Amino acid sequence: MPALDDYYRGKTPAWCPGCGNFAILKAFQQAMAELAIEPHQFTIVSGIGQAGKFPHYVLCNTFNGLHGRTLPVATGIRLVNHEMLVIAVAGDGDCYGEGGNHLVHAMRRNVNLKLFVHDNQIYGLTKGQPSPTSGEGMITKNQPFGVFSEPLNPIALAVALDCSFVARGFAGDIAFLKDLMKAAIRHKGFALLDILQPCVTFNKVNTYEWYRQRVYRIEPDYNPEEKSSAFQRALEWGDRIPTGILYRNDRPLLEERIPTIKDVPLVLQPIATARVEKTILEFY
Amino acid sequence: MDYSIKIGGEAGQGIQTIGDTLAKVFSRSGYHVFTHQDYESRIRGGHNFYQVRFSEKGISASRRRVDIIVALDRESITRHRDELSDNGVLIYDAADLKLVLEGDSFLDVPFTEIALRQGSKILANTVATGAVLGMLRVELDIFEKIIDDTFRKKGDEIVEANRRAARAGHDYAVRNCPKCAFIPSQFGRPKLLINGVEGIALGALASGCRFYAAYPMTPSTGIMNYLAGKAKEYGLIVEQAEDEIAAINMAIGASFAGVRAMTGTAGGGFALMVEGLSLAGMTETPIVIALGQRPAPATGLPTRTEQGDLLFAIHAAHGEFPRVVFAPGTPEQALFLTNKAFDLAEKYQIPTFVVFDQYLADSAWTFDGFDVKRIRYRDYRIRGEEWRQVTAYKRHAFTDNGISPLGVPGQSKNLVVTDSDEHDEEGHIIEDAETRVSMVQKRLLRKLPQIRREIAPPLFYGEEGADTLLVCWGSLYGIVKEVVDALANVRKIGMLHFSELFPLPVGSVASAGDIPVPTGVRPETDFLSRLKEAKASLCVEQNATGQFERFFRAETGYAFDHAIHKYDGRPFTVEELLEKVSACLGRLL
Ligand SMILES: Cc1ncc(C[n+]2csc(CCOP(=O)(O)OP(=O)(O)O)c2C)c(N)n1
Ligand SMILES: [Mg+2]
Repeated sequence: MPALDDYYRGKTPAWCPGCGNFAILKAFQQAMAELAIEPHQFTIVSGIGQAGKFPHYVLCNTFNGLHGRTLPVATGIRLVNHEMLVIAVAGDGDCYGEGGNHLVHAMRRNVNLKLFVHDNQIYGLTKGQPSPTSGEGMITKNQPFGVFSEPLNPIALAVALDCSFVARGFAGDIAFLKDLMKAAIRHKGFALLDILQPCVTFNKVNTYEWYRQRVYRIEPDYNPEEKSSAFQRALEWGDRIPTGILYRNDRPLLEERIPTIKDVPLVLQPIATARVEKTILEFY
Repeated sequence: MDYSIKIGGEAGQGIQTIGDTLAKVFSRSGYHVFTHQDYESRIRGGHNFYQVRFSEKGISASRRRVDIIVALDRESITRHRDELSDNGVLIYDAADLKLVLEGDSFLDVPFTEIALRQGSKILANTVATGAVLGMLRVELDIFEKIIDDTFRKKGDEIVEANRRAARAGHDYAVRNCPKCAFIPSQFGRPKLLINGVEGIALGALASGCRFYAAYPMTPSTGIMNYLAGKAKEYGLIVEQAEDEIAAINMAIGASFAGVRAMTGTAGGGFALMVEGLSLAGMTETPIVIALGQRPAPATGLPTRTEQGDLLFAIHAAHGEFPRVVFAPGTPEQALFLTNKAFDLAEKYQIPTFVVFDQYLADSAWTFDGFDVKRIRYRDYRIRGEEWRQVTAYKRHAFTDNGISPLGVPGQSKNLVVTDSDEHDEEGHIIEDAETRVSMVQKRLLRKLPQIRREIAPPLFYGEEGADTLLVCWGSLYGIVKEVVDALANVRKIGMLHFSELFPLPVGSVASAGDIPVPTGVRPETDFLSRLKEAKASLCVEQNATGQFERFFRAETGYAFDHAIHKYDGRPFTVEELLEKVSACLGRLL
């Protein structure tokens, strides 16, 4: 079984002291060790932002791509090698803003990807602009009158789209977050794990304190397989914010529906270029 | 013998079926065939046409003069009757179109009535096809075989009805068209008939492409459709992405994961892909992009043709990284250049392009066969035992030739790491100046001269002592070639055709390469001297500003004496280009 250190690259993360990302990293390394998945057996695809730097602090296969484009890259990897665990790591701006279209369609496709969104309700790397999840009225440098738009509710969006696995975690509750990560990875289907992550530098509203007063673990007898109650729970925000597995279904995987890769991953199949001679005959 | 047939009508009337069938009958009869299509961006109505030319000698473009017109709507008559050759005949269904045309250039063939007599109105197109073959005195055996193959699945009754309809149309024309003096007969061994997008798609299959992601956009959609039809047989995944941004990023992901991957689109979709292109450049991920140009800006003329995206393909994307741009001139070149694009993409870990247009995409050509021995396939990725033996692996390791080992993630304990940020040898994000400089040297500067040496010179066609040179690129190959033929006895004229466009093979001793060269055509390594020595040079392009001309001048310092630009969205006919070239040369000399 791999040890915690096996995932630790030994580089000091370029995050602010106290950043929620440290807790997420810790939970992740624990989850991987407990699942005994070795570094070469998984790939992290990340975008651009403070969250996007995540795989540089983990030992694993890594594709750190463009801002907003984690999911298409991850989809390509997964379709070519469905024996590889593929985890997409993105910021809230990255995934809910720039890459919103991909999110919607990744949920529809139901590729077996794990999407961990470091949701700090702010643009961290670009120094404090509002993100799609920033609260209405939040005042920032470029929104001096406060954010006018209503925040996006990723959980409700995912439940509405019948996303195969929908969960919310909190960086301030590492033990539970680790369990949610493990559950997401074990789940067969596209998994969205939205992680509430305090940004100690730019988000002066949604602080550790703010979250701690509101966040609760979902009760053990909650049934995530019931869509309508899941939707109710998804809408809960404000005084109380549920964390845990909020919705789950067992929709068929895209990978299982593509005849080409029914038995063997594409990357392991032999190349059939000689066949083209036969195909050319079809043009006569 | 050299006949052209034009089938005109509204979208949805079955023009394409008639045209495809006739082309197939002629190619199977051993004739050289060339087809081109002209259609509007709509599903029903409007006016479309399909032109089929066939001959016992090699042909490579459409003529303006046509010998038979099949008019399925009134507009085909008003628009095209003047294109009829002296002995030409237009056939139409007088009852259907509610008009009667006088004169022996017009033949009323009651397609619908004959079809109804054979069982159904649906058979009218089969009647029309049969009638054309009757006018040409072509026996029906090949057409009948096509009918059998097409309708077998629908049952004997349908096959029989179509056979009867074909015969009825054929016999009607034989009886009623005394003027029809066309007498082609079985000519030679069957030829293969293939269009540009099929050539590109075949090239992808021949190269071991395993993943194609795209978003539909004319004129590239045919590639996706063809590949999807072959997915099972070849072990290929074809994914329709939610947009072009996703398409290119999926292809990049697939390539990172260890298979050859491709995407295809038109100019507008490529505009969305541009950031992804740069990502492929930075992460050194091999991908092939098929870029179908169409008249733009913006949506432009969606179903028509133009060569307006050459400079876009060459310059698109932020930052500096190597790339290769090809623009095939024939479906055969489409196949072999796509194959070469895959090879170079993987060898140098770069994005490569196959640039085409609607004209090449939809035009079908005949060939005796393809020399499959020239197809290159070499797997440049490290896999299997070799990969498991590698220690201290670094995805972006500095090497003498700039090419770092391309490992397949998951197949050994080595970790494959790459980043869109500037990165170190391992692939991890960095900011320091020293690493940045070394990386640019590795990724870009060291590869450039090697890539340039891979590029084959342009093809020369014409008289060896030619002092007038017509220069073109991409899909204009066939038209310019025919114009050279037409002017051969008037002046010493030749063609230089560029299909391997970027980087240009200047200042390097380019090998002729593996791309088959048609008879009578040869690679011209010394093209620059040839141009400088010529009395007159003329660059023909289907765009408004002479993109190749400007690019060529920037690369070589050479300026063409004259240029012909066409930007109406329609392909040249041989006559049209001939007139323009003659007028231009008349002025020049
Ligand atoms: C196409 C593109 N647009 C904009 C940017 C600039 N940019 C980098 S990160 C970022 C937003 C970061 O916010 P988020 O995704 O929430 O990540 P965080 O830093 O908060 O973790 C932006 C706008 C970019 N890199 N690429
Ligand atoms: Mg953020």
